[in-house]
Amino acid sequence: MKDVKCECGHVNPHGTVLCEACGKVLDEQEANKSKLLDMRYEGSARRSQTYNKTVIDKIWNFFSSVKVGVWLIVITLIASILGTIFPQEMYINLPPEVYYEQEHGWVGKLYYQLGFHDLYSSWWYLLLIAMIGISLVICSLDRVVPLYKALKAQRVTRNEGFLKRQRLFSASSNISEHDIEKIKDHLKLKRYHIREENGDLLAEKGRFSRWGPYVNHVGLIIFLIGGMLRFIPGMYVYENLWVKEGETALIPETDGKYYLKNKEFILEHYDKEKDRTFEQAIDRAGDVVKNYQSNVVLYKEKGESLPGEKPDLQKIKEYKVKVNLPLKFEGYSVYQSSYRSELVAMTFSLVKKDSSQSFGDITIDLKNPKKEYNLGNGYSVKIINYFPDFEFDDNGEPITKSRVPNNPAFVFRMISPEKPEGETSFVAIQQTIEPPGENAYKMAFKGIDTQEVSGFTISKDSTLWVIILGGIIFMIGVIQGSYWNHRRIWVQRKNGQIWIAAHTNKNWYGLKRELEFVLADTKLTFPKDQLQGEHEEKEEA
Amino acid sequence: MVEISGNLLFIAFILYLIATLFFGGSIKAKKDINKKKETNSWGKIAVCLTIVGFISQLGYFITRWIAAGHAPVSNMFEFTTFFGMALVGAFIVIYFIYRSTLLGLFTMPVAILVIAYASMFPREITPLIPALQSYWLNIHVTTAAIGEAILAISFAAGLIYLVKAIDQTKSNKQTFWLETVMFSLVTVLGFVVITTVFSIVGYEEKFTWVDKHDQEAVMEYTMPAITGPNEGELLTKDGFKPLVEMPAYINAKKLNTVIWSFLGGLVLYGLIRLVIRKRISAALKPLVKNIKLDLVDEISYRSVLIGFPVFTLGALIFAMIWAQIAWSRFWGWDPKEVWALITWLFYAAFMHLRLSRGWHGEKSAWLAVIGFVIIMFNLVAVNLVIAGLHSYAGS
Repeated sequence: MKDVKCECGHVNPHGTVLCEACGKVLDEQEANKSKLLDMRYEGSARRSQTYNKTVIDKIWNFFSSVKVGVWLIVITLIASILGTIFPQEMYINLPPEVYYEQEHGWVGKLYYQLGFHDLYSSWWYLLLIAMIGISLVICSLDRVVPLYKALKAQRVTRNEGFLKRQRLFSASSNISEHDIEKIKDHLKLKRYHIREENGDLLAEKGRFSRWGPYVNHVGLIIFLIGGMLRFIPGMYVYENLWVKEGETALIPETDGKYYLKNKEFILEHYDKEKDRTFEQAIDRAGDVVKNYQSNVVLYKEKGESLPGEKPDLQKIKEYKVKVNLPLKFEGYSVYQSSYRSELVAMTFSLVKKDSSQSFGDITIDLKNPKKEYNLGNGYSVKIINYFPDFEFDDNGEPITKSRVPNNPAFVFRMISPEKPEGETSFVAIQQTIEPPGENAYKMAFKGIDTQEVSGFTISKDSTLWVIILGGIIFMIGVIQGSYWNHRRIWVQRKNGQIWIAAHTNKNWYGLKRELEFVLADTKLTFPKDQLQGEHEEKEEA
Repeated sequence: MVEISGNLLFIAFILYLIATLFFGGSIKAKKDINKKKETNSWGKIAVCLTIVGFISQLGYFITRWIAAGHAPVSNMFEFTTFFGMALVGAFIVIYFIYRSTLLGLFTMPVAILVIAYASMFPREITPLIPALQSYWLNIHVTTAAIGEAILAISFAAGLIYLVKAIDQTKSNKQTFWLETVMFSLVTVLGFVVITTVFSIVGYEEKFTWVDKHDQEAVMEYTMPAITGPNEGELLTKDGFKPLVEMPAYINAKKLNTVIWSFLGGLVLYGLIRLVIRKRISAALKPLVKNIKLDLVDEISYRSVLIGFPVFTLGALIFAMIWAQIAWSRFWGWDPKEVWALITWLFYAAFMHLRLSRGWHGEKSAWLAVIGFVIIMFNLVAVNLVIAGLHSYAGS
């Protein structure tokens, strides 16, 4: 493929539409297209528009197309909408195969079957994001390199056809040098960079805004790479940790080095007596939580301990972990993420049914219940069976789901002087089942002891710096491209006249206002907006 | 303090209404007086009223902030009101760039509707749940709302473009969809009117019903039930008997409100049509006679360019920073997060279509309209229907 030499002497790469130096139309097709020049990418030679032979060309051309890029964005957008119809898997607290059908009927079932319950980590969603990433890279490279070259190679003196076919253009005769000087002063006041050659003038400003899109694309690519780094082992830690009040637990993923003691869990509600401002809202909506807080102590292990040995702990710091105030150390963050109350003990009273007389209380440690509780005077209670997390199985037999005392149930044998062999009673929360034949005694529920358990999230995200860097670069690029404009004004001598042409990549209204200032108090004809001319012709027709 | 705050908001609302009338006057008066670019006295009064209204609303915002101890952007009423204020603020800024009073005539009614809509939600000062107790509440929510408001200006400009550009002498797809946009705006008014009427007469009826977990519960309606709850039993004597019963996994009360708003919108729209005897968009056409199409096109695009970085910063970047602090992860695919991403993707596509594929003029105006629909969906439907972690905004 040969380079193209323009009549101005500049050698352009193959595929160039407008000469990089003088702007002459090199592509015959473009020459006859329309009244105005297509100034996108300065008419530079883009790889994608020039080669289309090999497989690499074809792939390159596919991903460098903005049309493809926009389709990828639109498909991702629609896919993302689908994922918000019902809650995603991570926000539900039932097995998905149960949840979706139960909550949303057959539509929910279909939603689950199509895999939309975990849409954002599905292979095809990730593929879409990856393709957007590739498109970002190729699109940018295809444009930024030739654009940079073209803008660098531009000369002051421009081809006549180039000037005439700019959107803003005028030709004025009989202009004094004095007026030209005035224009120059005005341009300087508006902070234009002025270059002169053979009495022709090019005033330019804000070229750096042309790089905005490419800078923000770089930012996005860094951001996406940051997202991918998470899959490298060790870069990303995210664990839950439950610690009971008063207990100390090893913090996971810290190589057994750090321990966390939960001194106290605090749950506070707004008090409408104290916070008068919120009285009405609390009356309407009920109690509102004011604070979730765990007072913790962070320990580090001194030296190494053998497995099973009690570790030798050194206190690092005390901290009050609240929502929005995580504890931070060595890149780790400890978040207050939830809490629960655990039953630790239940108290019952042995009561004679007809007289309601009590013969003593028993307090059962739910972790470690005793076999027998002696109440004296011939009264005692035996625990024959204990179900910490009770439910009935399919055959109607009582079973326990786990060893955690979420829903304790007991089979008691109540021994009294009248019934020395004892009476049996099955007691669960708010439920008593007695064997046939009436019991004379019952176990009356008196109270519970609970213990608060703080739920922490332990996270360490070494990818954050990449993400932050990507975000900052993106913002810089997007601001650079949006809040500045690349404006050029050509003032040139052609055929004894003064020709003025102007171009901006956006915000034509602003450019026109600036031209009004620049041309004020001179005899030059104000450039005509040739695009508006076209519009008006259309509207009138 | 709370009372002063409420009064300031009311004053702002009234001023916005009067300003809209003056904006209308400035368009009517323009053609008689001169063809110069200068704003006529009607327009100047309109802009002054808008600014005074904005200052008054700013007063509401500040006094309420003092009263509550946190920025008043923490529930549906507060956020939507703030969005309305940001819309007026964004208009004032764009007005001083382009000096178009016509833009005011289209933006102010939207802002008025937004504020009126906001007032239909509980207005008490609500306490902050722990997750919201952070200075990022002020930063993230306000920046996101300002970004959305600037993007909404592009909708107003796009609407002007479409009203002017679409030929109303025949009916086709364009006229239909443009009229649908007008109808939707009327429906919001319908919601406001219906809610206000039933709240003034104090309408109430109670049902016992069975929810999807087979639990019996009580549901209180503030409008006559067209759609009743699952296995609902009317408790209120002389209450309106539901016409249709809904299955348990559909929120019958919300659906009922939607149906009433739609009916209200239909009646209002019918009345308007009876009076003006043509499409609303056709009736608006004479107002836009003097504006140049490529100027409105540019205003629309410019608003997107100004709004997009602000939106990205507020709704994505600040949001991620706060999410990392409060929820231990910067991104969690919560519906509100996803809809912010969807809005962002949409405007990204918009700008690419415009820059590279030459979608100027009418196509670009339609895109601006769709963008606003997405923003409104994120504000209304995501908060009230889809919910998720951001559901505290719903109440």
